[in-house]
Amino acid sequence: MVEKRGAGHWLTHAGLILGVLFIFFPIWLAFVASTVSQPEIVHPPMPLLPGDQFLENYAKALVSGINAPVARMLANSAVMAIGIALGKIVISILSAFAIVYFRFPGRKLFFWLIFVTLMLPVEVRIVPTYEVAARFDMLNSYQGLILPLIASATATFLFRQFFMTVPDELAEAARVDGAGPMRFFVDILLPMSRTNMAALFVILFIYGWNQYLWPLLITTDPEMNTIVMGIKQMFPSGDDIADWPVIMATSILAMIPPVIVVISMQKLFIRGLVDSEK
Amino acid sequence: MEKRVIFKGVWLPLLLIAPQMLITAVFFFYPAGQAVWQSLFIPDPFGLSMQYVGLGNFEYLLSDPYYRASFLTTAIFSTLVTLVSMGLALYLAVLADRLIKGSGTYRTLLIWPYAVAPAVAGVLWMFMFNTRVGVITWYLGQLGYDWNHVLNGTEAMGLVVIASAWGRISYNFLFFLAGLQSIPRSVIEAAAIDGAGFWTRFRTIVFPLLSPTTFFLLVVNIVYAFFETFGVIHTITAGGPQQSTTILVYKVYADGFVGQDLGSSAAQSVILLLVVGALTVLQFKYVERKVHY
Repeated sequence: MVEKRGAGHWLTHAGLILGVLFIFFPIWLAFVASTVSQPEIVHPPMPLLPGDQFLENYAKALVSGINAPVARMLANSAVMAIGIALGKIVISILSAFAIVYFRFPGRKLFFWLIFVTLMLPVEVRIVPTYEVAARFDMLNSYQGLILPLIASATATFLFRQFFMTVPDELAEAARVDGAGPMRFFVDILLPMSRTNMAALFVILFIYGWNQYLWPLLITTDPEMNTIVMGIKQMFPSGDDIADWPVIMATSILAMIPPVIVVISMQKLFIRGLVDSEK
Repeated sequence: MEKRVIFKGVWLPLLLIAPQMLITAVFFFYPAGQAVWQSLFIPDPFGLSMQYVGLGNFEYLLSDPYYRASFLTTAIFSTLVTLVSMGLALYLAVLADRLIKGSGTYRTLLIWPYAVAPAVAGVLWMFMFNTRVGVITWYLGQLGYDWNHVLNGTEAMGLVVIASAWGRISYNFLFFLAGLQSIPRSVIEAAAIDGAGFWTRFRTIVFPLLSPTTFFLLVVNIVYAFFETFGVIHTITAGGPQQSTTILVYKVYADGFVGQDLGSSAAQSVILLLVVGALTVLQFKYVERKVHY
């Protein structure tokens, strides 16, 4: 750009480093807290460098936890996040295919019905959605954790946008060659959508992993808790002192999977984010 | 834009769209309808019968000082979260955009808080500011400042705002950086040759060209502050002290699940539905307009 050298250059780096430190500081403290013993934390100020209790604290969290083993909560979160990501992608790509490549009665109506759900989070209709899940006997179940959260339209819109840019000639050629719609869908459209699907998967995985209110309501059995909501359940009620090292170890464990997904899939993630603008 | 009709058939497309319609009907339209329906009734104390009250729940809500206070709290909270997270993100994006080498490294370092759940962010910040063990609380105490967000509503608000904005900076940063990098260098260089300094260029060229991004982020961040910050509020303050951090979404939960006041909770859901509806229309209009840019 215009000013490349001189004092401005170093000031730019300094500003960015300050931003990075601001972002990292809470995580660093959580990590330090997860490696020291309880007495070191309850007598402030806590140390700012890691201690020697790393293995003890993480083993305690993973194997026994406070209400349920954190390993179990991690597995629940993984099932929920993958279920939401795959479920949303499957139902969305099918309905986007129907809307873009067919003319059928009610098409406009269905399109608008899907559109209405575009930005509406489950938090808004929380009580009646809970009642529906309870009536279907979905409390404390994976279906209950997953299905209500895949009812929204963002992915459908992304696929619709993408299908619009696919040249008509491809479908015509497929038809001339005698391929039916499903053949065209499976052999041509799906392979072309691979990057879109992967990008969406990253975003939806994080969305599912980070859910809080919904799992808080529908999982009452600690064995079904997800890790993100499970952390809050680890705080004792009343005046008892919280087991901070184990809670902080759990917080770190709760961050690792989505952070790995974001960093390792950075390109896809950014593309998916900017494409879907959500 | 419409595609030419490509495939024939009626049953196949209906079958393809059926899974999404089924899930949307069961978990979206039915509950949303229930919310509207329940908002017109008051259940008796034993939950055995419902009494029709028309718009009574809404009238009651709008005259309830706690609900009005919650509206104001939400407005303050979402304004602050949006300003803080967008302001810091724009600042960092402008800096990163000035670097030709190294901006990728900073991007990687700044990107990942996006992956941290708001509820986990809440726990981290609550830990730092904990009244008993918090590191920052302790250092503030050394400086003579007695931090206690459990009792002080203003401090509680400040804490939930920072915790909510913290996780959001990376998202806004990505969009601002993408927006900045799409501005043609030649325009900026031409202005620099004409003698325009950094601030003049930013005010007259960069910021106006960035306005579609800014507007989009404004809408998305308001939606975030309204709904996705539930986890932050629930973990740090649970709406307190004295409802000073009870935003609208928290109140729907508190009245509906904790207070079991279903009529009021349903009426609040309907009001929120209208708010999101308005925001969606706003965003969609913007998205449509951007196509013509």
